[in-house]
Amino acid sequence: MLDKTLELTLEGRIRKDILVAAKQAGKVGAHIAPSLSLVEICSAIFENFDESRDVFVLSKAHGALGYYATMHQVGMITDEQFNSFEINGGEFPGQPSRSANNHVDYSSGSLGMGLSYAAGRAWGDAGAGVYVVLGDGELDEGSNWEAASVISAKKLKNICAIVDCNGLQSDGKCEDILQKDLKRIWEAHGWNTIVCDGHEAKEISRIIKDINSDKPTVILAQTVKGKGVSFMENNNEWHHHELNEEQYLQAISEIEENYGLR
Amino acid sequence: MDYVKNNRMLSLLGQRGTFGTVLNELAKDDERIVAMSADLARVSGLEKFIKNYPDRYINVGIAEENAVGMAAGIADAGKIPFVTTFSNFAAMRANEFVRHFMAYMNCNVKLVGLSSGFAMELFGTTHYGLEDVAVLRCMPDITILSPCDCMEVAKCVETAVAIDGPVYLRLSGKMNQPIVHRADYEFKVGQAITEKEGSDCVVYATGSMVSVALKAAKELESENISVKVVNIHTIKPIDRECILVNRDKKCMFSLEEHSRIGGLGTAISEVLSEEGYQGRLIRMGTLDEYKKAGTYEYMLEQHGLTVSNLVNTIKNNI
Repeated sequence: MLDKTLELTLEGRIRKDILVAAKQAGKVGAHIAPSLSLVEICSAIFENFDESRDVFVLSKAHGALGYYATMHQVGMITDEQFNSFEINGGEFPGQPSRSANNHVDYSSGSLGMGLSYAAGRAWGDAGAGVYVVLGDGELDEGSNWEAASVISAKKLKNICAIVDCNGLQSDGKCEDILQKDLKRIWEAHGWNTIVCDGHEAKEISRIIKDINSDKPTVILAQTVKGKGVSFMENNNEWHHHELNEEQYLQAISEIEENYGLR
Repeated sequence: MDYVKNNRMLSLLGQRGTFGTVLNELAKDDERIVAMSADLARVSGLEKFIKNYPDRYINVGIAEENAVGMAAGIADAGKIPFVTTFSNFAAMRANEFVRHFMAYMNCNVKLVGLSSGFAMELFGTTHYGLEDVAVLRCMPDITILSPCDCMEVAKCVETAVAIDGPVYLRLSGKMNQPIVHRADYEFKVGQAITEKEGSDCVVYATGSMVSVALKAAKELESENISVKVVNIHTIKPIDRECILVNRDKKCMFSLEEHSRIGGLGTAISEVLSEEGYQGRLIRMGTLDEYKKAGTYEYMLEQHGLTVSNLVNTIKNNI
């Protein structure tokens, strides 16, 4: 197969990275579909991100591979680092674990904790931009709302939360498990709430740049779990899965087809 | 503040009031210090701190998990947050947040457990802190401090600021707390203090129980039983030496206002069994059952944490 990586858009290259690393991980599998859904969210954040000042909190830890792949493609981590995904004792396990040199700001895995941490970072350093990526399923955790309340009550405007609203969680559709009107809930907590297409990186990035509110901002990014690979889209089998050779080749060819430079 | 001169005043305030008073003092010269509470600032003695440093205090509301998570972020922004709530909520309601942020991410958070043991009296079992040490002791890197009187609270707060890492400060007892130390002394993390020498047996005590052990030792002197009393103010890391130096004694006792399971007594038994101790360790702590609520003294009585019960237990076992 010809390597067409350089002919892909950034979001195409990130998706290709996700598939390559998932394939390399072999039988232990990887969180593929929840990584594919947050590619544009991550790339939009990193477009606006100053590592010396800002903080990235991936609260939705199942998107780790998408996060690593984005860091790889924007040059924050090396090929060697990215290729160490899910190796024993490595710096880039299945869910982010910060260490001195891996550029990960926040260790995650257990859901519903990132927004609290972000609140503290934002309160402790008003000059930092604190980005938090949450999952819509993750918002089942009540602790999120403790944090959302305090962020709004203390007027911590330097937080931007983005919810990867892919509509699916481990056991099925979010709406079938604990249906909730996220827009109304966030607004009721005093947040500036914006709904957008979660696969339009330019749109997300523009929203981030244009934030000008007295309130903290949350972007409800409407996404598709498994975005970009037909047999993974909206198919929860791919929440965490091993990728075999045949599936890998098909997935790569779809990414190359769908994410070519135009 | 001269803690020796103010010893009487601090002991009247009790450990909680002393904590807030001392933090207010330390904040003067250390801008990194931040106070946080899950809606319990008043009982943490933080009123002066809040008045003096309104921008360095946050009430996160009645939301203990969020208090710990937010403290972690504040610590990573270069500050030193002290988070206060009742010890059971600190250790148990927020337990996984403590594990994640203080142990796993190793954030420089100082968690202050107010009113551990039975200090909450008629509030009842929900507010008793009887398992906090047990559930935190197995978490890597968290230093657990348990001061015996109010001067030691002051030393613990100073020490917590100096430690670059997570600390759990366990406050026990009521207001008007017995004074163990009348003169100044050296306090070092992980180094227990022999409060009284003795040759027949040794009692290891922590927090509010140190003064109980000293009273029992004094009573036993009149019966010619010589009891050594060791104040283990740092439950983790435990001072192995102060335990092993007594390995020639046939019987040792531990005394704590905490469950007999998982706390100081268990920590001592781990050291002794690892080193092949041949004698007996009698662990005195709260019983493995919840009794009906009552006053502080009543609850101690119910669980046998009294001078007279310690005296009898020692006499019956040496």
